[in-house]
Formats: sequence, structure tokens, C-alpha cells
Amino acid sequence: MIRTLPTTSPYRIGYALFAVVYFIFLFAPLVIVAVLAFNDSMFPSLPWYGFTLDWFIGKGPKKVGLFYHPMNMTAILISLQVALGVALLSTVVGTCAAFLFEQEEFPFKRALYLLMIAPMVVPGVILGISILSFANSLGMFLEKTVGVDLRVLSPGLPLVTFGQTSFITTFVTLVIIARLKKFDRTLEEAAYNLGATRFEVIWHITLKYLRPSIIGGAAVAFLLSFENFNTTLFLIGSKPTLPIALFAQIRDGGSPVVNAVSVFLMFCMSVIALGNLYFARKSQAQ
Amino acid sequence: MPDSRTRKLGWGFVLFFAPVFVWLFLLFVLPHLDLLRLSFVGTDYYGKSGLTLDNYTAFFVEPAYWMTLLRTAVYSLIVTAIILVLALPMAFYITKVVGLRVRGLLTLMIVVPFWVSLLVRVYGWMIILRESGIINRVLVGLGIWQTPLEMLYTDASLMIGLIHTNLLFMLVPIMGVMDSLDNALIEAGSNLGASKFMIWWKIILPHCMTGIMSGSIIVFMLVAGSYIAPALMGGKNSLWFTQQIYNQFIIAFNWNQGAAFGFLLLVTSSLIVWVALRVTGQKLGEVVQ
Repeated sequence: MIRTLPTTSPYRIGYALFAVVYFIFLFAPLVIVAVLAFNDSMFPSLPWYGFTLDWFIGKGPKKVGLFYHPMNMTAILISLQVALGVALLSTVVGTCAAFLFEQEEFPFKRALYLLMIAPMVVPGVILGISILSFANSLGMFLEKTVGVDLRVLSPGLPLVTFGQTSFITTFVTLVIIARLKKFDRTLEEAAYNLGATRFEVIWHITLKYLRPSIIGGAAVAFLLSFENFNTTLFLIGSKPTLPIALFAQIRDGGSPVVNAVSVFLMFCMSVIALGNLYFARKSQAQ
Repeated sequence: MPDSRTRKLGWGFVLFFAPVFVWLFLLFVLPHLDLLRLSFVGTDYYGKSGLTLDNYTAFFVEPAYWMTLLRTAVYSLIVTAIILVLALPMAFYITKVVGLRVRGLLTLMIVVPFWVSLLVRVYGWMIILRESGIINRVLVGLGIWQTPLEMLYTDASLMIGLIHTNLLFMLVPIMGVMDSLDNALIEAGSNLGASKFMIWWKIILPHCMTGIMSGSIIVFMLVAGSYIAPALMGGKNSLWFTQQIYNQFIIAFNWNQGAAFGFLLLVTSSLIVWVALRVTGQKLGEVVQ
């Protein structure tokens, strides 16, 4: 039944077949999307008319490739901008949160910890509408009492950034906490005994130790932000992020350009993921 | 020299606490309180706004509303159950059956599809299933089917989309707990003559219960709150409750009604999670960790 026990061959073969079907199910949509990005056809479907790169580098007029497609290129840049903002914000706050929950003792710590987990559990759609309504109420309140009209509070990229940060910070915090838990605190004590201040200890010792998880957390935040849809849907103004722009195109049936964007995304995600893996390996080796 | 661990509420605490407090209160607690307030506000016949329960009564009076929520809840439970049934044997296969070398490869292969955006995966299924899609082209081309069949925009296609996009979130927690199950227990059971079914029922499942519950909770919440798969792969008459929220907020511009819907979804899904924990005798604290 398990690898240390003798098994019958039907059991082994049956299980292997199950695994094969499983992986076909997992990979089929990805492979098909990727392959059809290179089909010399006006529609993302069969029959196969031959290999082309037009859907990436075509300049038109019939086939406008991804890199000359203003809507998709703008959306990619907007998403990049938002994702960088979210990664920065959530990593800074997440690092503070990790220190708070791992190294500080204070009343109601357990309750605050549960509150910190909550943004991850609440559906993204509900998070989206709550941030939207609060920003709106706050904007109206400020306009009435102080007389200022804050653009930041109406739907748009700043609001998207804040909305995504709300739940992504929880993921970053958990990533950093996981590593901080394994930290040997005698290292800090040694530093204190040698006369270091708390700030010096955190800066030179604890943060150095945490660096791989901070980089990892930032990468997770970037990826989560880049592909977020549910929360973003309600906070977007006139500038759509890539998932919002893709959603509209896919709803209308899609086009080979959408396949090209998908391939581009797969490529970028693989680079980030492999880079992350490389950093994790390197830090393990140390 | 003051010891950092005995000194309470020092500047370190303030430095760490301030940003966390701002984050959780400005971006989570206050927005949800405001949403709750909004859900109890309504405009009366004369255009005056005040506190009311109308947004909640409207939900129970209008069948289109509560039927959608009921449908969303039931379908989410079914999808969660299917994912669990698919994830258990796979988690077992990877952690216990295959050799250690293959194990790393398979684990990677399970994670890789989830690096790709959810939209792309749903798009892939649309290309495969729709009337002009891959399956129809191939089967009609081979002469097996006479005319193409629309397989997208059905409950089945919706389920495929939801299963595909959420499978990993069940696999990871279950693989985690299965890994910690001592092989010797399974060997002992087998040596004493227990059948495979008994080994699963008496040894593996009880051990994996925390992982099963945390996976199920995550998957259920994600499925119930999903928007992309229902909007792109579901039928025209099969709204998901998140789409009702979107319709109220963005299309009808009735934020009060939408806010009430948001809380109804939150309360319903939390209630289902709570009942599931009760029935299986698990504690939330154990499952979360």
C-alpha cells in the first residue's frame, strides 16, 4: 500500500494511471492556451494553420501582436505599478507584524492575531466593496467637515493598491513569521551582552536572518497583486489592471492576443518563481 | 542592561504595533463596520434616508436573491466535496506511495499550474469546451460527432472551472498532515490483516482530519467567494451570489442592498464553516495552525 509494503501490480498501475489523468486535467488548459498563441489563425482555436509569432510581434493591420497592443501593454504597466506598490507596502507592514507577534508580549495578542488572519479568509469581493464604501464615506466626511476633496479616496489605482494590501499583508506576515519562529534568540542575547542596542540587533542580526523570507514575502505579494481580480474589480477607476482588461476580452470570446498575454504571463511567473526557488535554496545552503 | 523580553511595551512595541494597527483598522475593521452600517441604511418613499431592515427583508422576499445564495452555498459544498475526494488519493500517492525522487517532481508539477493566473486557466477551459472549442473541433473533425455540442455555460463546465482553480488549496494542507503520519502505523495495520479500506478509515483519515478540515474551509470560502469562473463558465441562468453583489454595487448602484448581500454571504459561509467544525468535532484554533 505504501512504498515500504509489497504491492500488487494492478494497484500500482491503477494509481499511476490516476496520476496521469490528474496531471492531464491540471495541464491541459495551460498547454492549449500556450500552443494556440502560436497558431497562424484569427481565432484562438483549431484548426492549426501553421506557426507564427505574429500574436507577439505583429504590427498589424490584420494581426496586432501583444507588444503593439496598446490596451494590453498599458494594462501590464498599470498592474506592474500596482504590484510594486503593494509589494513594498505589505512587506514593510508584514515585517512589523511578524516582529509584533513573534517578539512582543502584549494584552489581547491572541485576539489581534486572529484579526490579522481574517483579511485572508474574508472573500475578496466583500473586501472590495467594504474598502470602496469606506473610502467613499471617508471622502464625503472629509469634504463636509474639512472641505478637501481627496482624489485618493475615489476609485483608482491608489485605492486598488490599498485594497490589495489589506489582505496581501496577511500572507507576507505569515511567510515572515514562519522563518522568525525558527530564529535562535540566543544570537540576539549574545549581541545584547556585547552591548548592542535593540535597533542594532534587529538591523544587523534579525533582519539579516529574515532576508530570504522578506524577499520571498515580497515576491508572493507581487504575484498575488498582479493576478488579483475580485478585490480590484470594485476599486478600479478608469485605468484597468491586466486581470480586469483580460476579463473583458475573455468574456467577449478572447483572441489570440489574449493567448499571447497568457504565454507572456506564464514566462514571467516562471522567472519569478524560479528566482524565488533559487533564493530559498541559497539561504538553505547557508 | 535591560533584557528585551522582560521589558514590556517598549519603543519596539510601538514601532511594530503602529503600522499593524493602521493596516488592520483603516483597511479592514473600519471598512467592514462601514459596510455593516451601509447595509442598514435605506431611502424611504419620500427620499429621506434612515436606518432600516429593508435591505435584508428584500433578500428574503425576492426568491431570485435567496435562491442564488442557496445555490451558491450548495454548489460550493458539492465542489468542496469533489475536490476533497480528488485530493485525498493524490496526496497519499505523492507522500506515501511514490519513491522519494519522483515525489519532488510530482509536488512541483502540482504547484506549477497555480503559478499561472486564474483567468488564464479559466480561459483555457473555455477554449477547450466551447462550441467552436478544441473538443468539438476534434470530435466533429474525426466524424465521431455530427454537430458541435455546446459544453460551456453549463453547471458541469462551471464545476470543472471551480475544481481546477481550487484543487491546490486542498492538496497542500492534506499533504502536510499526511507527511506527518508514521508509516509504521500503516504497516502495522497491514500486517495485522486490515483491508485498505479499514486502513484508510481507521488510520489515515483520523490522522488527516485537521488538514482535511483546513483544506475544506479554505476551498469552500474561495469557491463561495469566487467570481471569475461563475461569470465566465456558468450558464446564463446560474448566477453566483458574488455576481448579485456586483450587480447591486456596480450596475444598479444600490450600495445599501449590495452591502446587505455582502454580509449575508459572509454570515452564511461562516455559519457553514462553523457547522462543519461542530459536526466533525474540530476546533478552529487547531485547524488554523
